[in-house]
Amino acid sequence: MISIDGPSGEGAFDLELKLLLEAIFQKYHCDFRGYAMSSLRRRLRQAMDRFGTASLAALQDRVLHDAHALPILLDYLTVQVSEMFRDPTHFLALRRDVLPILATYPSLKIWIAGCSTGEELYSMAITLEEEGLLDRSILYATDVNEEALRKAEAGVYALDRVAGFSESYAKAGGKGSLSDWYTAAYGGAVFDRRLRRSVVFSDHSLATDGDFTETHLVLCRNVLIYFDRELQDRAIALFEQSLVPRGFLALGSKENLRVSSRAAAFETFDGRERIYQKAMNEPGARMNEQ
Amino acid sequence: MNHGLTESGRPTPPASVDAIVLGASAGGVEALLAILAALPASFALPMVAVVHIPRYQPSLLVEVLGARAPISVREAEDKDVLLPGLVIAPPDYHVLLDVDSGRRHRAGAPDVHLALSNDALVSYCRPSIDVLFQSAAEVLGPRVAGIVLTGANADGALGLRAIKASGGLCAVQSPDQAPARAMPEAAIASAEPQLVAPLQEITQWIIGLGTHRAGRTEGTVFHDR
Repeated sequence: MISIDGPSGEGAFDLELKLLLEAIFQKYHCDFRGYAMSSLRRRLRQAMDRFGTASLAALQDRVLHDAHALPILLDYLTVQVSEMFRDPTHFLALRRDVLPILATYPSLKIWIAGCSTGEELYSMAITLEEEGLLDRSILYATDVNEEALRKAEAGVYALDRVAGFSESYAKAGGKGSLSDWYTAAYGGAVFDRRLRRSVVFSDHSLATDGDFTETHLVLCRNVLIYFDRELQDRAIALFEQSLVPRGFLALGSKENLRVSSRAAAFETFDGRERIYQKAMNEPGARMNEQ
Repeated sequence: MNHGLTESGRPTPPASVDAIVLGASAGGVEALLAILAALPASFALPMVAVVHIPRYQPSLLVEVLGARAPISVREAEDKDVLLPGLVIAPPDYHVLLDVDSGRRHRAGAPDVHLALSNDALVSYCRPSIDVLFQSAAEVLGPRVAGIVLTGANADGALGLRAIKASGGLCAVQSPDQAPARAMPEAAIASAEPQLVAPLQEITQWIIGLGTHRAGRTEGTVFHDR
């Protein structure tokens, strides 16, 4: 079903959408007000179908008065079904070009921001383990959706999906077979718990929370595309604050730093793969000086 | 609502639009090539196209189309401002039109830009024509033209209907003239477009839209940052 409210925006639907986001923020302190409207419209139409409400105002009523409704709605607002080793050349560049530099540090902190159900987390952990770096790494896996985090922590994926990731794993420079890293059971692929030995799972919002200190690599792929420009700007400033000088920022293949007011704080390390490196000494490189 | 259809089915000079969105599938590259090759270099309307292409390999569309086009052809990047020239949806991403939400809106004209998404496949497609067209209807209302070209599925039918419903202009390649007729047929049935015509005529219609815009001074302003 498609409902159109007319030109640029301030139809009843958009107005109710903004009020819904404000209500969720005020009641539950989850802030989606900086998310890109275009995707929100689609996702919330689907949520209306799921809840059987005729309007977003009716959906707002449900969410405000029924605490069980929020987690369901959060899935519509946040969950990305990702893939392991999506864009294999990106993970190959991390393995071949970035990790050898990171290997010169005595210990590593890696932040997987917006990890959702964990596909990129396991891609990173496997790569680190195969390069002999997981033992001296701490991985922060963060997301706003606690249910998604629980799935990431469980590390169980549908077997037919995982089979499809094997080719990407090989193209990403995988040293063995992806099946070395999981056990098949009851139609699921259960990933080796040793991959999680250095992972800290944490409920964290790029919209409202602060940074993790002294990280060497921030992996945040296809998360920023769901943010409007102001929130993108905030998130990138957060990454900049978090990274050590010469630390790396890895984005999705169609994401870039152009709209960021902090773009000057980064240098391009691999333009094609959207891997950036924090500049050594960029004056005024603190968010609170903006 | 009937935008300037004469009795012969030929369009009169159409209402002006701020952008054109196009969707094509099987046979679509050749169709787009034919359109692009006929455009004047002065053509200044922003155009965004979804062409169904394999999801897991880099697209050569920009190279292929750019080689023959007198206007700029580039692949969509997240938050690109909508500017004159043709923007192509990248493999495995939906492309939507967007404006920043009112709370954060800067002073001045609406700043229409592209927003990419990894959300689920729509009609087995990512990028999906429906997703682009529906967002275009929402953001530009009557100030957009949607065009569905040759293809062997039904993607674009719902999106074109959304454009029609919000007062925009719709054109569909004649099924009889299209290498694959299913997509034009579905779009015609769903949206009742103002123009159903062979490719050459659609090209002239597009040129007309661009000419019309050239003389216009108000409406949405597209500006780079």
